[in-house]
Amino acid sequence: MARGGYGDVVLAAPVTVPYVRYSIRGAHWFLGRALAQLLAAAKIPKQRVDGLAVASFTLAPDTAVGLTQHLGLTLRWLDNIPMGGASAVVSIRRAARAVQNGDAEIVACIGGDTNHTDSFRRNTSAFSQFAQDAVYPYGSGGPNTSFALLTSYYMRTYGARRANFGKLCIAQRNNALKNPLALFKKPLTLDQYLNARLVAEPLRLFDCVMPCAGAEGFLVMRETTARDLGLPFARLLAAIERHNAFPDDPIQFRGGWAMDRDELFAQAALKPADINFVEVYDDYPVINVLQFEDLGFCGKGEGPDFIRANTFETDGTFPCNTSGGQLSAGQAGAAGGHLGAVEAIRQLTGQTLGAPVANARYGLVSGFGMINYDRGICSGAVVLAAD
Amino acid sequence: MRQREAKVAEATTRAKRKNPILRTPLPTLPPGARSRVALGLTAAAARGALELQVCRDCAAVQYPPREVCRDCLSSRLLWRPHNGEGELVAETVLHAAQELYFRERLPWRIGVVRLDDGANLVVYVHESVRGTPCRIRVEAALDRAGEAVLLAVPPHGSTDLSADPKLREMTCDPRRRKILVTDGKSAIGQAVVRALADAGAEMIWVGEAEPWKKIAGSAKLREVPQATVVPLDVTDSASVRELAGEIGGKVDILVNTADCHRTSAIGARGALNAAQLEMDVNYFGLLRLAKEFAPLLKARAADGPANAIAWVNVLSIFALSNYPPHGTYSASKAAALSLSQALRGDLYAAGVRLINLFPGPVDDEWDQLELPPKLSPNALANALVAALRGSMEDVYPGEVAQDWLARHRENAKALERELSEGNR
Repeated sequence: MARGGYGDVVLAAPVTVPYVRYSIRGAHWFLGRALAQLLAAAKIPKQRVDGLAVASFTLAPDTAVGLTQHLGLTLRWLDNIPMGGASAVVSIRRAARAVQNGDAEIVACIGGDTNHTDSFRRNTSAFSQFAQDAVYPYGSGGPNTSFALLTSYYMRTYGARRANFGKLCIAQRNNALKNPLALFKKPLTLDQYLNARLVAEPLRLFDCVMPCAGAEGFLVMRETTARDLGLPFARLLAAIERHNAFPDDPIQFRGGWAMDRDELFAQAALKPADINFVEVYDDYPVINVLQFEDLGFCGKGEGPDFIRANTFETDGTFPCNTSGGQLSAGQAGAAGGHLGAVEAIRQLTGQTLGAPVANARYGLVSGFGMINYDRGICSGAVVLAAD
Repeated sequence: MRQREAKVAEATTRAKRKNPILRTPLPTLPPGARSRVALGLTAAAARGALELQVCRDCAAVQYPPREVCRDCLSSRLLWRPHNGEGELVAETVLHAAQELYFRERLPWRIGVVRLDDGANLVVYVHESVRGTPCRIRVEAALDRAGEAVLLAVPPHGSTDLSADPKLREMTCDPRRRKILVTDGKSAIGQAVVRALADAGAEMIWVGEAEPWKKIAGSAKLREVPQATVVPLDVTDSASVRELAGEIGGKVDILVNTADCHRTSAIGARGALNAAQLEMDVNYFGLLRLAKEFAPLLKARAADGPANAIAWVNVLSIFALSNYPPHGTYSASKAAALSLSQALRGDLYAAGVRLINLFPGPVDDEWDQLELPPKLSPNALANALVAALRGSMEDVYPGEVAQDWLARHRENAKALERELSEGNR
């Protein structure tokens, strides 16, 4: 049976709770701020929100359930999305079906985390059973170790050079310099990138996201609701998700997008070349390249050539991570999984904080999350269109 | 008394002094949290073996350890020995770590291995492994928290873990270490001293109780250049306390060879007396040593490259299941085994490893009536040194010990019946 389309489902009210490197607040504070900003942006009372999708790593012992009482929400639809970097894409898919079928009218999708001085260590040491048993005891490097291993494999297998990844990081930094909310404010040179402090060979400092605190959010509703509220919106054309794709690969050199991209573009009735900008999950630059390849923007192993052929900046070719991405804006936990979706809605509704992509009509948002053991488990993508 | 002081003074001068102004670093540990199912890896590594879960229904090899087969969802996953053969697919050298233990010892070489039968393993990579991709063999080891970790080593031959400065952390290599052997009067004690000297120990204090009783071999022991005989009677709390006060702060490895064996069935004349003598040495002796020396070893567990690192007990395979012809002795060794488990947990809190040896009958006067094969004191001593150089905590040296272990693991109750019926 062919999957049904998303009809008149739209996304609106992109908000960002400004990131800070460390915070003394709890995750509830950031998620609560995100909801308040959503209500302010949509000019609706709290009672109008009848659905909520929440992603957070630092909300424990609470989940989305505890948050309803904390924030005084009375809901008829609630979802907890523990999928990190894939959380917004998955929230969109869930929320879209809910509003499409009338289970909810307005769903708030929020992702956010706090960051205390020791929270990153505590989160990674007990990230999953497999990570606790079989990765963390080997040097406690957290995601740096996992991405170093797959970066070194990719470089050896497909002939990528550090300078290739450097170009992506510098382009994102240039995009970030126009975004007032990005935590990184200074330009990045190739020399600085190549000679930065070693973290986990071949990764150096500017290959790695900086953990921080913050939140992101947006609303999912039907077009009629958005028009009634007078909200600019982006349409949801297509969405895919996949978990634990290619489990027999010896190491992750491709993600679930490679299984589902044809369906994604068929559902959107578009070709990769029709996309005007992409927001890909970018905790380390190698994963950007996997997404370019697996989503069909270039072939497997053609990443290095693709990087040479494009600028990735808002005013150049193949604009990518147009607000700076996590690498230059910061990684606020599960907000990192929402940053791309929020920026895509801003681009498609003419509400960018930084530089707009000219004539942006179609944007692709891709998510990737949860290094459960040796690879990221969750992947997904959505295609959004301007009204 | 003067003789005693002279001996101790000699021992103290010979031990290298360290700068008293420098603070002794406190021990830190690698993360010790494991799920219960993952402790299967540790159980095998404790014996020096690599075992992985294999599905009884579809034969798929599993890793990381889990409750249910990743292929057929069977819950019948059995821990089975694995040859560890595979390919190193990718590697990294980690220069940043979140845990203090790793941070203090950066960098760490870490890789991903694809086993020939399909499982993916995150491993430490031995220095002698060259290039990626390449063929390797995976071994299990115990880290300083006492938990199993996997190592990639070259595919052929045996690999010296100590040759890699990081993986040396997984061993208790006696080279350049200062060691107390608690009893040098027995054939085993003397063989242990010689083997430790040959393994490069920097100095060996050899305990001697009742020095007026001259025993064969003790003169020869004095020819071992690293050895210094010191007075120690493990049945005397004051003697243990005095020696700990004098040398306890310098001991890196304690090897408890003190043993009392009276070949007594429980119904024999004098069984009670035998049991009391055996318990006083084998059980209370260990307790006295633990009380005085364990805190001192723990305090020096991070004291540079020659830190306090291990405690070794020579127990007996009779500790696993009572062997009635040696009924009282078996019971005293079972008591010592139980006590050693408590001591092991205490020592691991500082990263000090406790190794138990479970020899079968030894070729000495107390096992005179036992039929061969019997373990020579030298073979036992060599097994002890190999355990220190390797990475394990339970050692079953010799054919009889291996045989009893296999029978015990397969069916402990069957072994109890066999032994009570006189079937050794």
